[in-house]
Amino acid sequence: MKSLTLLSPCGILGYGFPDASFAYGLSQKPDAIVVDAGSTDAGPHKLGAKTAIVSRMAAKKDLQRIILGGWSLKVPVIIGSAGGSGGESHVRWTMDIIEEILAEHTSCTPKIAIIWADIPNQAILDSLSKGKVQPLDASSLPLDEQILKQTTGVVAQMGLEPILDVLEAKADIIVCGRAYDPAPFAAVGVFHGFDLALSYHLGKVLECGALCCNPGTTKDCMLGTLYEDCFEVYPCDPKRTCTPVSVAAHTFYEKDHPYLLHGPGIAMDLSCCTFTTAAKNRVRVQGSKIEATKVYQIKLEGARKVAYRTIVVAGVRDPLLIDRIDEVQELVRQSVQEQYKELDALSYTINFLNYGKDGVMGSLEPEKQAGHELGVVFEVLAASQDLADALCASVRSTFMHYGYEGRKSTAGNLAFPFAPSDIPFGAVYEFSVYHLMDVDDPRVFFPWQWWKKEARYAQIG
Amino acid sequence: MPRLVDLACMLRSKNSGPFLITLDVFFDDLATYRRVVESGVLCRQTIKKCYQLSDEQLVGIYCFEAALGIKITYRRPISSGTCGDRDVYGAQQHAPLMGLLIP
Repeated sequence: MKSLTLLSPCGILGYGFPDASFAYGLSQKPDAIVVDAGSTDAGPHKLGAKTAIVSRMAAKKDLQRIILGGWSLKVPVIIGSAGGSGGESHVRWTMDIIEEILAEHTSCTPKIAIIWADIPNQAILDSLSKGKVQPLDASSLPLDEQILKQTTGVVAQMGLEPILDVLEAKADIIVCGRAYDPAPFAAVGVFHGFDLALSYHLGKVLECGALCCNPGTTKDCMLGTLYEDCFEVYPCDPKRTCTPVSVAAHTFYEKDHPYLLHGPGIAMDLSCCTFTTAAKNRVRVQGSKIEATKVYQIKLEGARKVAYRTIVVAGVRDPLLIDRIDEVQELVRQSVQEQYKELDALSYTINFLNYGKDGVMGSLEPEKQAGHELGVVFEVLAASQDLADALCASVRSTFMHYGYEGRKSTAGNLAFPFAPSDIPFGAVYEFSVYHLMDVDDPRVFFPWQWWKKEARYAQIG
Repeated sequence: MPRLVDLACMLRSKNSGPFLITLDVFFDDLATYRRVVESGVLCRQTIKKCYQLSDEQLVGIYCFEAALGIKITYRRPISSGTCGDRDVYGAQQHAPLMGLLIP
C-alpha cells in the first residue's frame, strides 16, 4: 500500500526534544523531517523588533540534530516560519545558525533553498486601494500608508504551493519564511500525490509535535503516515499515549472553531472525521474535507512600535495597605501627575497590576477577596525610554512613601525583591497588520532561491 | 449541583491569533458531555456576563461531539502583547467558567 511518513521533531524549533524519541523517529525511515518554527503567541514584539522566539543556542541544538538526521537518511528537511516570525531577518538568523552547523560538519553538504515571505508595502497599498484587504478577527483594524510605514515589515503566511516548487527542484533543506503552520507538512504529502485534505489535516496535527498525546507536549517527536484514504499518527516516546479523543481534541487547539479551519486558499471541514485506534498508541483519521476558497487569501502580519515601558516589581504585606490598595494607587497616580504638571497627562500611562487580587483578570475577576500579600507590578508607558524611566522612578518613590490615611508603617509601603528596582523594558509593539489579502497567484509573494551567503530579498524581489 | 470544573477533564483558554481568545472544555465521556451541552448553561448570555462581552465580541459557542468538547471564542478587548494586555498567551482566562453550576 502506498504510504508516506513524516517526522515532526517538536512543536516549535528550539523547544527541544529527547534524543531517544528522535532516534526512534529516524528508525521509522520517514520520507521527510518537517518542523514548524513559528508562532504569534508570544505577542507582536518578536515580529516588530525582528527577534527570535527561542535562543540561538536552543535553535542550534535542534537544528543540528534535525539537519544531520535528514542528511543521514537522505530525506528533505523543511523548516516552517523560520526564526519564529518568518521575516527576512528571521530567515537570515536561521541561516546563520545553519551555516555554523555545516561549517562544523563538513561532510554534510545539503542544497539549501529559501522561500521568502516578506510582502512589499506597495503591493499591500495597491490591494487596499482595490478593496482587497480586510481585517481578520479584529472588529476593526485600520490600515493605510502611514500605519504601513510605522510597521517594521509585513510578512504573509504561505500556503503549500511555493513549497511544492522547491520540492520539485530537489532541495535537501527548505527554509520557509512565514508559512501557514500545517503547509510545510501538507506540501510533502501533496507533492507525493496524497489527498490535499488528509495532508493538511495531518499537518495540523503534526505541527505541534506531540501535543495531541497524553500527556501532550510540544517538546517531543511525533510521526504521521499518509495513506490513500486516511492518515495515522503515533508518538515516538512510549510514555505518551495517543487516543482517538486526544487527536480529535487537538483540532481545537488555538483555533477559533472546533472543526472549520481556514488557511491560504483553503477551508477545511473536519466535522465528519472519524478517529479510531489503528494499533496500540496509533490513531487513524479519515473523512477530512477541504475546499479551495473562491478567492485565494493570504494572512498578512505586521507590528509597529507604540510606546516605551519601564516596570517595577514589588510586594505588599501590610493588611492596612492591601485593604485600600486601589485608592492609594489612584492617589499615587494623581500625585505623579501633579509632580509633572508640565507634561500632558494623556501623553503617558501609569498602570498597576495587583497579583493576589485581580492581576490576571482585571475588571473581569469574579473573586473580590485579596490575599494576605500582593505582588504589585507597576509600569509607565511613554513616548521615550527616558520619559518612561523618569516617570516610573517618581511612581516608585511616591508609592514607597505615600502617607495614606490610617497608615501605621511609616517607613515604607513596598518590599522590592531586587535592586535596582526599576527595569527599563524597551519598546512595546502592537499588531498593526493582521489582515487577509486577496491574491491572484499563491506563489507570487513567496519567491524562492538557492541559498547563497549573499542572498538578499532585494536582489530577487 | 456540580461545578463545570468537576465535570470537565480539561478546561483551558488560549489565544487563537492575537485578536481572539478561545475557551475549550472537554469531557471524559459522552454522557457528561451531553449533560453539559443539554443543560444550556454555556449559552451566549452566561458567557457575555462572565467576560463582559457585547454580542459582537462573542464570536461563537460550538459543540463538537467527536472530540467531546465545547469551544467558546471571543474577541479580546486588547490585542495580545500590547499596552494594557494582561495575558499575552491568553492562557489564564478560563477561571470564570470553572464555577458555573451544571444541573
